Amino acid sequence: MSGDGTSERSGRRSEERAQPPAEQARSGAQPTSMSGEEPATVNGDANTTGGNGSGTAKLRSARSIVWARRRAALAGFWRLYRVQGAGMAGLGILVAITLITLLAPLYSDESELRASNAPGGRMESPSTEFWFGTDQVGRSILTMVIWGARVSLQVGLVAALLAVTLGTLIGMAAAHFGGWISWLLMRLTDWFIVLPNLVLAIALVIALGPSKVTIIVAIALTSWASTARVVRAQTMAIEGRPYLERAQALGAGHWHQMTRHVLPNLMPLVLASATLQVSSAILAEASLSFLGLGGPEMSWGTILERAFSAGAISVGAWWYMLPPGLAILLVVLAFTLCGRAMEVVLNPRLRGN
Amino acid sequence: MTPVLEIDDLRITYRGSRGEIPAVRGISLRLEPGDTLGLAGESGCGKSTVAGAVLRLLPVGTDVTGRIVLDGEDVLAMSFGRLRAVRWAGASIVFQGAMHSLNPVQRIARQIAEPIVLHEGLSADAAEKRAVELMSQVGLPAWRARSYPHQLSGGQRQRVMIAMALACSPKLIIADEATTALDVMIQAQVLTLIKKLVAERNIALIMISHDLSVLADTCARLAVMYAGKLVEQGPSNEVFADARHPYARALSAAFPTVGDPAERRNPHGLAGDPPDPSALPTGCSFHPRCPVAMNECATATVELRRAREDWQAACLRVEEVA
Amino acid sequence: MSGDATNERSGRQSEERAQPPAEQARNGARPENMNDGTAAPMLSARDLAVQFTAPGGRVARAVDGVNLDLRPGEILALAGESGCGKTTLARTLLGLERPTAGTVSYGGSALRYSTKALKRYRRAVQLVLQDPTGALNPRHTVYDAVAEGLRIHRVHDNERDRVADALSRAGLRPPEKFFLTYPHELSGGQRQRVVIAGALVLEPQIIIADEPVASLDASVRGEILALIMRLRDELGLAAIVVTHDLGLAWNIADRIAVMYLGRIVEEGPVDRVLTEPRHPYTRALVSVLPNSPVPEPVVLSGEPPDATEVPGGCRFHPRCQVLASGLAEQAGVADACRRTDLPVLSAETRRPPDTAGDPGQSAAGDTGSRVACHYAHATTASPA
Ligand SMILES: Nc1ncnc2c1ncn2[C@@H]1O[C@H](COP(=O)(O)OP(=O)(O)OP(=O)(O)O)[C@@H](O)[C@H]1O
Ligand SMILES: Nc1ncnc2c1ncn2[C@@H]1O[C@H](COP(=O)(O)OP(=O)(O)OP(=O)(O)O)[C@@H](O)[C@H]1O
Ligand code: SF4
Ligand code: SF4
Ligand SMILES: [Mg+2]
Ligand SMILES: [Mg+2]
Repeated sequence: MSGDGTSERSGRRSEERAQPPAEQARSGAQPTSMSGEEPATVNGDANTTGGNGSGTAKLRSARSIVWARRRAALAGFWRLYRVQGAGMAGLGILVAITLITLLAPLYSDESELRASNAPGGRMESPSTEFWFGTDQVGRSILTMVIWGARVSLQVGLVAALLAVTLGTLIGMAAAHFGGWISWLLMRLTDWFIVLPNLVLAIALVIALGPSKVTIIVAIALTSWASTARVVRAQTMAIEGRPYLERAQALGAGHWHQMTRHVLPNLMPLVLASATLQVSSAILAEASLSFLGLGGPEMSWGTILERAFSAGAISVGAWWYMLPPGLAILLVVLAFTLCGRAMEVVLNPRLRGN
Repeated sequence: MTPVLEIDDLRITYRGSRGEIPAVRGISLRLEPGDTLGLAGESGCGKSTVAGAVLRLLPVGTDVTGRIVLDGEDVLAMSFGRLRAVRWAGASIVFQGAMHSLNPVQRIARQIAEPIVLHEGLSADAAEKRAVELMSQVGLPAWRARSYPHQLSGGQRQRVMIAMALACSPKLIIADEATTALDVMIQAQVLTLIKKLVAERNIALIMISHDLSVLADTCARLAVMYAGKLVEQGPSNEVFADARHPYARALSAAFPTVGDPAERRNPHGLAGDPPDPSALPTGCSFHPRCPVAMNECATATVELRRAREDWQAACLRVEEVA
Repeated sequence: MSGDATNERSGRQSEERAQPPAEQARNGARPENMNDGTAAPMLSARDLAVQFTAPGGRVARAVDGVNLDLRPGEILALAGESGCGKTTLARTLLGLERPTAGTVSYGGSALRYSTKALKRYRRAVQLVLQDPTGALNPRHTVYDAVAEGLRIHRVHDNERDRVADALSRAGLRPPEKFFLTYPHELSGGQRQRVVIAGALVLEPQIIIADEPVASLDASVRGEILALIMRLRDELGLAAIVVTHDLGLAWNIADRIAVMYLGRIVEEGPVDRVLTEPRHPYTRALVSVLPNSPVPEPVVLSGEPPDATEVPGGCRFHPRCQVLASGLAEQAGVADACRRTDLPVLSAETRRPPDTAGDPGQSAAGDTGSRVACHYAHATTASPA
């Protein structure tokens, strides 16, 4: 990877330029160095660890100032986020769901999820005791949905994290190393983008055997491509900046350029992309589980699948299908709202001022 | 006639990592249509800050007091929408270092044309035609229209920025170090173009530069800033040749004369440290570096004083310095 | 990507440092002595050419045959029209751009473009970019920006002192005040000084600076130029300073090379070139200076040059005032001006005047300049 040819990328400044990444374009509107630079502080240090290496050891007192700046940057981020109604609604939903899920052991009993320990009768309709009714073996749907959230969210978050990491690495590599590496990675990306994700995931899960880990891997492997594509475009735009040339002129290698300059500048984009990715991962998990490819743990998708196979539709047990379905919808909506709001804050152009 | 720009006791304080920085400490300016003002001064003395304030382009949280009236409208009280409209058609600024703010992935003619489309309602094609015309006026051939910024040299990008500022026929142009990357020939061409526009369209011009000869050549009046204040203001040729304020004198004296053996291999600056805006000296802020300082300079409040008709300097020794 | 061995290796930085190609003149406070042409060049370019593809299938010949030598302790000014290829030349000398033809050599051996070799090279040769605003990462503090070079080259001792020292030398005082400042909180000139400090902090042997003081006021400018002179005198630093400002060349440079459309058209000692310019383009540049040695200010006519349409014959001929005024005709070279290509100026300095038979190399003595112009050759060869 560090052959002579690729290392210097003499073609970097030629034709092959990034497509307009939304973020980059300052829309040619007032070319200001002042206002142009200012958003960087807002989104900058909110989410990066910045560049403090070994030398900071001696800057002890300085470190606290750096942290104060980060806090201020976070506060700036928050100020812009807070005014967005939809984003705040999404955040509210997420906080509520997180609390309900995390505190579940305090107010409900996991053992009631075992069929042998079911507290109610078969397919009872909603009542004051069982708010959402019961399933075919008498378990409370509400308890199932609450405990199912743990698996659904876990799979969604981990799979999204994996997918975004993979996509970021591949996108950066494709942009940074020109030549055949870039060509190969981009073909691979295009291929994954056009392939139907779900079909591929199903095939993967069947091949690897259904389990929580397989599902996570399958989702991650089938959904990194879109991240890779935006990351590549953004990386190319960042690499066109003179400060990368300065770093190069100082003798910086690929690793330094990537970790000190490109990645911190990519972070806002990656973060927003990750948030959106969680929604699709949760949906994917639900679909796989619904198709009976879930693991033994109960997730929202699994509940739906059981409802379906227990003939909930034919007996008109709407309470069996509706709660997990609504839960999925709500979480997906919440993550999407948050992701969009973050994009708006981090991308000055969408902010419209 | 209403002045194009009237600045009254403008004070600007940044709040940043270095604490509060009073970058501008009471500046008043007035430009009628057709007026040209050159603004010079120490690096970091607040010139770009004044320029940014005129279009309210300073970072959020910056303290701005005083009055800025642009073509009869109070800038500090303007609504955001109004401000947007004014930013191209009313006044346009070529920012220092702005050449790097060109969109790297858009052809330059498109970028020049964009404000024309937005503010003058021309069709995209007509606007691009106008953009190409503007480009040729600043010495860029038509085929360059299809270039991306990275395909241009530093000076060529700077000329794109100038063309962009002229695109919407503004009433006021502020050029902040807009010709630093231009050689004398192209610079002369650009300056001639700007002078012609000023004369023809009766617009006002503020030109910020370190090159006093450029300012003397282009502008009728010259103002010199030091540590956030105007220290001298007067007819440009005379200020250039025979400044009253010791700092302004030092500025023009530090200009090398090619052919002068005394300056061969002998660059000289100004002794002493540049002023630290958050810990300014008392009295005349130039006194620690002033070659002709007196005892009272360290304590007295020094305001602009009349040196001559139409010529002021902020120095206790205005009359004597010669 | 992670396999970048060079960066991960715990480098013994003292060994890694590139060796000075020639013994540096330690006590040589006399610049005239240092570059009397005897020392071997540290950095040289031979027949360098760089081409770019431009819109519409054009080919921009940004650098089109350049020979250049930089000797230890020498300051060379590079002047020329906007767009004539100065930045491209500087970038190519640093290995940031690969030449289409020709070679760059450092310390007598051709530059190698492997990551490792370039890193070592760039420890010794520093670049100051043209546009300081873009050259600083908006997310890095001033401290990080200046310390970046030290970290890349693993100079860990006294990092803080080194950074503070570089900043205050570059005129940002007190340096501690600027450590945690972000670039957008600085004025244009302050940014420029951060970039200069970042180059100085590695104590390079050569600095290639692209318009280093263009956005600095006269007083700071003088300070930085004096600093470059001092580093040269004390440490034998050599520098190439790209500038439009002939006053700057007069202030600090030993030699000046004037470029036009990708070629050096005149080159020689500053005292000579700026007081007795021989190439018509140099004369035009000098003529507009205040108190110019050239009596009449020359106004060049014609279109500004275009690197994609290099005229045949002398590349300056469409705008040449000597040709336009008929002087070239009188000297009998008008045809040559329009048709005969001029040879690329070689980098050989210092030739005794009597060997100046080759018109491309006409040198007028020890302090002579070399010029690529038919008219100059004709008039020097047969003085009226
Ligand atoms: N956003 C900011 N936050 C904090 N301080 C700032 C900010 N912008 C500028 N400053 C400080 O304010 C002072 C004035 O800056 P300004 O950019 O107006 O200087 P200038 O006169 O244009 O200088 P130059 O000639 O170097 O461009 C400087 O000390 C600078 O460091
Ligand atoms: N990547 C590129 N693609 C196409 N053309 C380029 C590219 N880089 C530079 N050029 C062209 O090459 C020529 C030389 O550019 P260069 O940046 O070296 O000029 P310069 O002498 O530094 O000018 P300035 O003083 O304006 O900065 C210009 O005509 C420019 O348009
Ligand atoms: S007031 Fe005093 S210190 Fe200030 S410039 Fe005048 S003489 Fe110098
Ligand atoms: S060769 Fe002829 S055209 Fe070219 S510079 Fe000399 S006199 Fe002018
Ligand atoms: Mg400024
Ligand atoms: Mg350049």
